[in-house]
Amino acid sequence: MAIPNYWRSIPQRYRYEAAKCTGCGKIFFPPRIVCDECASRSFETINLSRYGKIVTFTVIRIAPSQFVDQAPYPIGIVELNDGIKICTQIADCNPDDLKIGMPVRLEFRKISQDGTPGIIQYGYKAVPVK
Amino acid sequence: MAGIVGYGAYIPRNRIRVADIAKTWGADAPSYERGLLLKEKSVPSPDQDTITMSVEALRNALQRAKIDAQKIGALYIGSESHPYAVKPSGTVVAEAINAIPDCHCADYEFACKAGSESMFVALSLVEAGQVEYAVGIGADTSQGAPGDALEYSAAAGAAAFIMGKTNVLAEAVVTYSYMSDTPDFWRREHEFYPRHAGRFTGEPAYFSHTIGATKGILEKAGMKVSDFKHVVFHQPNGKFPLRVGKMLGFTPEQLEVGLLTPTLGNTYSAASPLGLTAVLDIAEPGDQILMVSYGSGAGSDAFIWKVTDKITAVQNAAVKTRTLLDENKVYIDYGTYAKYRGKIRMNDNN
Ligand SMILES: [Zn+2]
Repeated sequence: MAIPNYWRSIPQRYRYEAAKCTGCGKIFFPPRIVCDECASRSFETINLSRYGKIVTFTVIRIAPSQFVDQAPYPIGIVELNDGIKICTQIADCNPDDLKIGMPVRLEFRKISQDGTPGIIQYGYKAVPVK
Repeated sequence: MAGIVGYGAYIPRNRIRVADIAKTWGADAPSYERGLLLKEKSVPSPDQDTITMSVEALRNALQRAKIDAQKIGALYIGSESHPYAVKPSGTVVAEAINAIPDCHCADYEFACKAGSESMFVALSLVEAGQVEYAVGIGADTSQGAPGDALEYSAAAGAAAFIMGKTNVLAEAVVTYSYMSDTPDFWRREHEFYPRHAGRFTGEPAYFSHTIGATKGILEKAGMKVSDFKHVVFHQPNGKFPLRVGKMLGFTPEQLEVGLLTPTLGNTYSAASPLGLTAVLDIAEPGDQILMVSYGSGAGSDAFIWKVTDKITAVQNAAVKTRTLLDENKVYIDYGTYAKYRGKIRMNDNN
């Protein structure tokens, strides 16, 4: 990911900042300019819950070149306690132990790096909660 | 009086047994296990580094402090494994907890003493009235050269402390530091692994400075060895802190709670700070705690903390250090460890 794109997404990647429509209360993650429910352009910034549960998941065995050394690794859709669903890597687990409905927490992790000389991109991954 | 208003720990879940490292290099495992009192050590996953562990430790500290992160006016991270040679770790952590932009950040380096010096500076700024709250973090993902004695102990972990003046959990009664130029351990620019001066790291280095700082702070405070419920020394292995404690007249019971190395390894800048978090997890109001760090090069920072009645309400507000240490562990073999720690030479194609 290009540095400006990464930099712009930091509030979402680090702090789970979402936009809550002041008109109808719908939450957008990532934020958007116009509410698709009530056409309002007025939002307040909220921080999504770090806690949620696995809605579904799959295990990546043939990974894109950047993630080859991590394979096999699970990615999944996680529903956070606010009802927002996000797509995220699931870390610190044996893929065979994962179950739909399993409680998880978002942790701060390295997502990728631009080789050894480039920048390190941080963000969230879901980690099963015991 | 200023002191700790929130504290938190983070330890990665991977462990490698000392016996598995010894087997790889044809070394005698019992001599490390019994000689240095080391059983196993923590290993970071490939997606964890000093910054990620610092964020998680600080999130745990914020859960205990229950303060608005926007009121944090300074944030310091001490580490010898900052992910970048040039680009601060502190700004990433400040951004992650939303302490930006009204915040002063700096990264510290001083071998294993970097964590306690970030605590010292954070505490001093609060005491001086410069900021309402300040954060001091010690974090490391330390490396030892393959087969070197350090490889048996170099581990990963982080401890974060929020300093403030209201709702203090542990008051900073007095601080004292003890320094000299002693070349016992170092890493030159562009070198991957550190070097050390073998047995020279003991007597003139660890022991001389730890004893100097302990005697200095006791004299400054007008206190004696028996005044403390708990003592936390820097713990490069299991043996050094027990030996220095005995030399100074402390009992094994005073050291027990804060001594994590036998199953954690040496977390460098996080070592004595993590020991302090384990003590605060079970401390009772009125307990007096002595903490003495040590960093090669060389120096020790000493702190005397007095626990307040606020502590009991927050101990369970975040995960406890012993829980991180003892539960949810995963053992990895030497091959996996070498892969996780970048010790395998790869083709440079990504
Ligand atoms: Zn709306």
